Amino acid sequence: MAKVIEGLYYAESHEYVRVEGEFGYIGITDYAQDQLGNVVYVDMPEVDDEVTAGEEFGAVESVKAASDLFSPVSGTVVEVNEALEDEPELINKDAFENWIIKVQLSDKSELDKLMDAKAYEAICK
Amino acid sequence: MSDKRTCLYERHIRQGAKMVSFGGFEMPIQYTDIADEHVAVRTACGVFDVSHMGEVLVTGREAERFVQHIFTNDVSGAPVGKIFYGMMLHPNGGTIDDLLVYKEGDERFFLVINAANIDKDFAWISKQVKAFDAVAENQSDYYGQLAVQGPKAEEVVERVLGLACQELAFYTFKKMEVEGETIIVSRTGYTGEDGFEIYASHGLIQQMWDKLMESGEAKPCGLGCRDTLRFEVGLPLYGDELTDELSPLEAGLGIFVKLDKEEFVGKEAIAKQKAEGLTRKIVGIELEGRAIPRHGYEVVADDKVIGEVTTGYNSISTGKSVCMALVDIEHAKLGTPVQVRIHKKLQPGVVIKKRFYDKNYKK
Repeated sequence: MAKVIEGLYYAESHEYVRVEGEFGYIGITDYAQDQLGNVVYVDMPEVDDEVTAGEEFGAVESVKAASDLFSPVSGTVVEVNEALEDEPELINKDAFENWIIKVQLSDKSELDKLMDAKAYEAICK
Repeated sequence: MSDKRTCLYERHIRQGAKMVSFGGFEMPIQYTDIADEHVAVRTACGVFDVSHMGEVLVTGREAERFVQHIFTNDVSGAPVGKIFYGMMLHPNGGTIDDLLVYKEGDERFFLVINAANIDKDFAWISKQVKAFDAVAENQSDYYGQLAVQGPKAEEVVERVLGLACQELAFYTFKKMEVEGETIIVSRTGYTGEDGFEIYASHGLIQQMWDKLMESGEAKPCGLGCRDTLRFEVGLPLYGDELTDELSPLEAGLGIFVKLDKEEFVGKEAIAKQKAEGLTRKIVGIELEGRAIPRHGYEVVADDKVIGEVTTGYNSISTGKSVCMALVDIEHAKLGTPVQVRIHKKLQPGVVIKKRFYDKNYKK
């Protein structure tokens, strides 16, 4: 059974946002990493790139397939998780701990359109 | 039309395989993990359900002459028990399919063709055979097929399945009697490792699969790792490196096209291509980074698109991101710098031999 964490915001496309002040840490959910299988590469944007809610910002790839990443929120990338460049499999070990990008949120009201843990858990069944 | 199922379908489901559509069949892509299955074949033993493959039996007084007519390799004068790899071509040199030809007798040849091409191939074969004193029979629905592959395959086939295969040389086969049925066992495969392919009735294939599973000595492997394994050793997959529009020369498979043969469909086109020189070719490309090149991605040089990726992976055995790609001939030389467009970014790489891992066949 895939893990879902309270207090995060979830998108239907299986990304999460963990909000800390003005910043959001974006990654893929435990359910998503489980569906994908072993992650062998993460395609990430660069610091200072803009991301837009609902739009693609990178990809996570298994041996067989590339799966696009969609940003749940809009903002500016202030940090990428460089550990994933050498160890993409960290996402399989703990998808919530190993976020992919840190974004300065440009519109916090977008968070209202995302799901809470309970609602997200329901769509993973 | 819905996909067909092999005689092992229920077993795949019971074993929790992830199923996908391939070549008109619902096939297992993986049981647990592609990389684990891949490594099992490289280091020990894996078993694949390849019952989706097609089989055509050609018999008759002119069976050999007919095979010579539709096949690029040269089977003349071969001993019974020998297997040949080659292609069937369109008159313009494009590839109808790549296949194995088993010589069962002077007037009896067994053709093994790709699942996705069974209907196309059999239509072509049926049309061509009319001009010969020979008959072709599509036996695809009768046969199930297992591929037991890996350095321990010989031991597993001998001991677990009780089939004497030790004496078989690479690319030879023999027929054996099992429970009153004749089965075919060949030392062939599609992984770059030693191994065997076994053709038998559905019932016997199911029994053999069960024996292998009970023994725990052959890991069930899906088509996912079948593709990563064949790719690493530079073997083509029809649909990627060979197509109706691509010739074997362009795919770098010229050694399986015997232009010194008297005649075969496509010979003139291939001879012309050889004389005039190729305009494009399948090459290997190694990328500097870990980004993964995939089928259909653009290959770029000097700001121009000069080709596209046919198959690509982050190689499980070497960890490098590599691909096979069809590129314009000016950029096909070893050592040529090229780029592959992956998720909008251009990733630098270089043209290398399209063998990313050395084969480990038993000769």
